[in-house]
Amino acid sequence: MKRLLTIVAAAALTLSTQVFAAEKYNFDIRGMHAFIEFKIQHLGYSWLKGRFNDFDGSFTFDEKNPEKSAVEVSIKTASVDSNHAERDKHLRSADFLNVSKYPTATFKSTKVVNKGDGKADIEGQFTLNGVTKSITIAAEQVGAGSDPWGGFRRGFTGSTTIALKDYNINFNLGPASETVEILLNIEGVRQ
Amino acid sequence: MNQYHSIQKWLHAVTGLWILGLFALGIWMRSLGYYDSWYQTGPQVHKALGVLLIAAMLLRLIAKVQFDAPAPLSNHKPWEVSIAKWTHWLIYGLVAIILLSGYLIGTADNRGIDVFGWFEVSPLFEPFDRQEDIAGAIHEYAAYGLISLVILHAMGAIKHGIIDKDSTLKRMF
Repeated sequence: MKRLLTIVAAAALTLSTQVFAAEKYNFDIRGMHAFIEFKIQHLGYSWLKGRFNDFDGSFTFDEKNPEKSAVEVSIKTASVDSNHAERDKHLRSADFLNVSKYPTATFKSTKVVNKGDGKADIEGQFTLNGVTKSITIAAEQVGAGSDPWGGFRRGFTGSTTIALKDYNINFNLGPASETVEILLNIEGVRQ
Repeated sequence: MNQYHSIQKWLHAVTGLWILGLFALGIWMRSLGYYDSWYQTGPQVHKALGVLLIAAMLLRLIAKVQFDAPAPLSNHKPWEVSIAKWTHWLIYGLVAIILLSGYLIGTADNRGIDVFGWFEVSPLFEPFDRQEDIAGAIHEYAAYGLISLVILHAMGAIKHGIIDKDSTLKRMF
């Protein structure tokens, strides 16, 4: 009986590692351990930072074969928050994010290039303001492990820089402010 | 007495030009680019003049209650009198809506509105989420509605002055 149990357990374990070779994670939106921020130069004199408050996403992670990993993010652009209501209103207008016409920005990875040491370049299609372009997010795993509440979590940090013009955002903010850096700090809860 | 009180005449002329000026400034300031010197000053002046207009409009309301309006001229048809009355009250109502929505745009995110450095108007309440967007849309549509009514109001007055050649206009100026 004990032997049988061991066999069943071993079989189940083998099966589960095969089936779940790529682990699926959802962004921790409920506990909000995920942040999508941006920063852009103001006149070339300082950095302006802001964030998106409403987004969701998921990723699969394959420890043995990281290049099989994938990530998807969806951002409600109307949730832009730069801690200044009138600026946010302007950012939501057609001068910038045009949120009434294009309420969602998305990223879907197409390729993950493993750079070792927990680092990877995540290539994918980024859609913003109705324009889709290829971008590369330089990502790095921060950590992974069990949480104190019975779950398993894995977190990454990553960033990419886009040119506003590429996404048809043509409001002139000056020569120092033509690109914006997008910063992602994502914790996923394993499903 | 077939005349408005001179205080009412003054208030009517001053607030009328004031509102037309705010409308023009509002449209113009939104057309400015980031590097225009009035990009920041335009909205600041618009907000400050808007706050001060609240006080001026309150004075107008007090004057309206205090002094009886002259009776409609006997040659005016009932529908003319009725349209004129409705237009007056709609103008008052839209001005109130524009002032309130403007206040809500300026005080969103719990910010105060600075009035030429003299004083600051505090945010009193946050009625809804994304207050600046909703109040912004109301502010814009109400402003266009108001200016349409003002045009109707002025056309009516001019019609009485030029075509009817009666004393309608003279009572207010």
